[in-house]
Amino acid sequence: MRLRLRVWRQQNARAKGRFVEYDLPDASPDMSLLEALDVVNEQLTLRGEEPIAFDHDCREGICGSCGLMIDGVPHGPRRATSACQLHARAFKDGDSITVEPFRARAFPVIKDLIVDRSALDRIIQAGGFISVTTGSAPEANAVAVPKQAAELAMDAAACIGCGACVAACPNASAMLFVAAKVSHLGLLSQGQPERAERAVKMVAQMDREGFGACTNHGECETVCPKRIRLEFIARLNRDYLRSAFAARPASDGEVGGG
Amino acid sequence: MELNANTPAGPLETKWQRHRFDLKLVSPSNKRKYEILVVGSGLAGASAAASLAELGYGVGCFCYQDSPRRAHSIAAQGGINAAKNYQNDGDSVFRLFYDTIKGGDFRAREANVYRLAEVSLAIIDQCVAQGVPFAREYGGALANRSFGGAQVSRTFYARGQTGQQLLLGAYQALSRQVALGKLRMYPRHEMLELIVSDGRARGIVTRDLVTGRVDSHLADAVVLATGGYGNAFHLTTYAKGANATAIWRAYKQGAAFANPCFTQIHPTCIPVHGDYQSKLTLMSESLRNDGRVWVPLRAGDPRAPRDIPPAERDYYLERLYPSYGNLAPRDISSRAAKRVCDEGRGVGPAGRGVYLDFAEAKVRLGMTKLKEMYGNLFEMYERITDEDPYEVPMRIYPAMHYTMGGLWVDYNLMSTLPGLFVLGEANFSDHGANRLGASALMQGLADGYFIVPYTLGHYLAGMPRDSIKADHPAVRAAEAAVAKRTASLLALRGRRTVDSFHRELGRLLWEHCGMARSEASLTSALAKIPGLREEFWQDALVPGSGEELNQSLERAGRVADFLELGELICLDALERRESCGAHFREEHQDAEGESRRDDTRFCHVAAWEYTGAGRAPRRHEEPLVFERASLTTRSYK
Repeated sequence: MRLRLRVWRQQNARAKGRFVEYDLPDASPDMSLLEALDVVNEQLTLRGEEPIAFDHDCREGICGSCGLMIDGVPHGPRRATSACQLHARAFKDGDSITVEPFRARAFPVIKDLIVDRSALDRIIQAGGFISVTTGSAPEANAVAVPKQAAELAMDAAACIGCGACVAACPNASAMLFVAAKVSHLGLLSQGQPERAERAVKMVAQMDREGFGACTNHGECETVCPKRIRLEFIARLNRDYLRSAFAARPASDGEVGGG
Repeated sequence: MELNANTPAGPLETKWQRHRFDLKLVSPSNKRKYEILVVGSGLAGASAAASLAELGYGVGCFCYQDSPRRAHSIAAQGGINAAKNYQNDGDSVFRLFYDTIKGGDFRAREANVYRLAEVSLAIIDQCVAQGVPFAREYGGALANRSFGGAQVSRTFYARGQTGQQLLLGAYQALSRQVALGKLRMYPRHEMLELIVSDGRARGIVTRDLVTGRVDSHLADAVVLATGGYGNAFHLTTYAKGANATAIWRAYKQGAAFANPCFTQIHPTCIPVHGDYQSKLTLMSESLRNDGRVWVPLRAGDPRAPRDIPPAERDYYLERLYPSYGNLAPRDISSRAAKRVCDEGRGVGPAGRGVYLDFAEAKVRLGMTKLKEMYGNLFEMYERITDEDPYEVPMRIYPAMHYTMGGLWVDYNLMSTLPGLFVLGEANFSDHGANRLGASALMQGLADGYFIVPYTLGHYLAGMPRDSIKADHPAVRAAEAAVAKRTASLLALRGRRTVDSFHRELGRLLWEHCGMARSEASLTSALAKIPGLREEFWQDALVPGSGEELNQSLERAGRVADFLELGELICLDALERRESCGAHFREEHQDAEGESRRDDTRFCHVAAWEYTGAGRAPRRHEEPLVFERASLTTRSYK
């Protein structure tokens, strides 16, 4: 099949970008979109031009590296599918496909299709964990976790941190990303001690990074390659609100030992 | 070069316990004076970095991905083994040890494997406490499933995303240390050289993949947890960026490389479908719990799978290995698939495929249960092949998946270079000639959470605390080597893309050093690789500059290393004139085509020493002594 790729090219963070068109006269329907970019890159290299820079790694939809706007939709037209799992067969012969980087204030472009998503790491660092030092864990079966809770936690934990939710949101909010982690840990017995402060700290970091607020558009849920559900945002809001009423000790600091 | 395994004395069961007591400690107030560099942020790297930072050491952690959460451990599907015996089915530390050593075809060190089985218990505790959402029973207890090479059910899992969940647990522990200011994370950094001074590893030279900036980082010890080298084969289940550069630099600086020919070919991957293809996708071994593997009885049978009646199908694993059936170990299942395809009974394009059929499981378990157990794997299959595995059998074929070989380490996980520790898939230590399913995650986390935090402290405590300066000749030399190499790669303005060389090397290794190897195939590969390498250095084409983000340059450096490493893989395969585990030499098989090990001549680890450019590497042997496991012929019949 014949495809035309309209790709965003931008030399670096400071440079101005533009679209460049590349023809793929004999693409295979079984080719993934990233493989189509590979083929273009091989041709560019042989012509002495610089290939298109794009993030990718596992190419099986789990590492979250690839994040592309495809025809204006993060990861493209197929629901619950990351860009690396999107195949040419999802398009029609002769189609022109527009490929751009994720656009958000918190995701500055580094080069071509590559953006800086380190803000998501900093949100996790702000509180997206359970504080348990290596060696201090109790026997694994000592605490029973209801199957339902474990399954729901797993639904939320499936987030691959690709940032599609941010790219799809009119406010460039990272609420679905934060909600997924807050829900995952908050649904488990092990995550209870830090539950309230986790929500507050992660949301505060999200704000500091320049992500917008959630105004319930629901675009994030539509584009999520892992089907993370909007209801987790409701869960995050509950935890956030509850933390306002949570009892806190007079001093958060450690009490000195004798 | 001396290979001293430093295995502690005493009975197998108490070695680690006693050793931990014998290990020297660094006092809490002194720990912060030490700096440790961890390269790689997968299960082994992230767990080590987090645990060492928790202890109080200064830690720097490096990864080439844009975030430590994306390391390729994330893609492990099936599960993690532990000898918890929650199923009351007769499991024990000793049984896990025995299954692992037997699964590795008696080519691993007994003491290491026993420790691995022992530590497996604490790993599950740790991960549960971190919030890893393992599968549960209705009563709230942890669930298990079966995996290849075992007759007990000891695999813990989180749907088909166990690696993802375990990695996120370790990543979160690491993130917590970053927030506490105890750990500095360097994403989008690639290690390009190891700094060695007075015979000790003292730091690394890295390239910032965004700016191209080259920096030296100095430390008291270096931990490599950079994964396997399977991408030398090009089309593999590895992540595209997975590479051998860090371990190859270390090898060239004096760390021995052990058993490079022990490379694992996974039996259940989606078959190759086109020349443009960039990677292969694994279908978890857990599918073999309920899926049945078969091919048509008759060669060249043109019928669709559903039109072939049961009597005209060959469920060859169940036929050949009745006691393990579809759960025969990976090496055995892979070879069996190759054999039926060689007989002309393979299915799909080019006849390189076998069926993995869930029709019977659908009836037995019902659609809901099947979906719950394997839903995401079925979906992944459907995405790639456009076929619905609930309705038609999957087509699968073996693919390069994991490397048991790696840098040689002693019982303390230290390489032959003092101060250089190697963890996870990057080392050679625990899986012998074949790794059992669900054991890679176990080993990565054992090394990182529960072994290196003890053994590294022992090394530091035994060394004078001196530091080397940034202008030390060893640092300058390492930086100069990186600059020279980068310049040579960027000077390549030939006619062939780097990828075309990678493809050619991969095909060569797959055909000559893949599932079946022989004196002739290996000699032929060894004759061809140097020529290909020479052509690379004359005719490859590397666009762009070094002072910016340049993915072509990154790939070129990695492929240049694979072109050297590929030769060592073949050389090791040639010198090991026996069949064991995943290493199958056609000259060494019995009448039924099963491997024939040679314990008189090859019951050892082969560790290769680099002797300089253009010179043949030197082969050393570490004899394997079995005190508890008896060297039997592996049988899964």
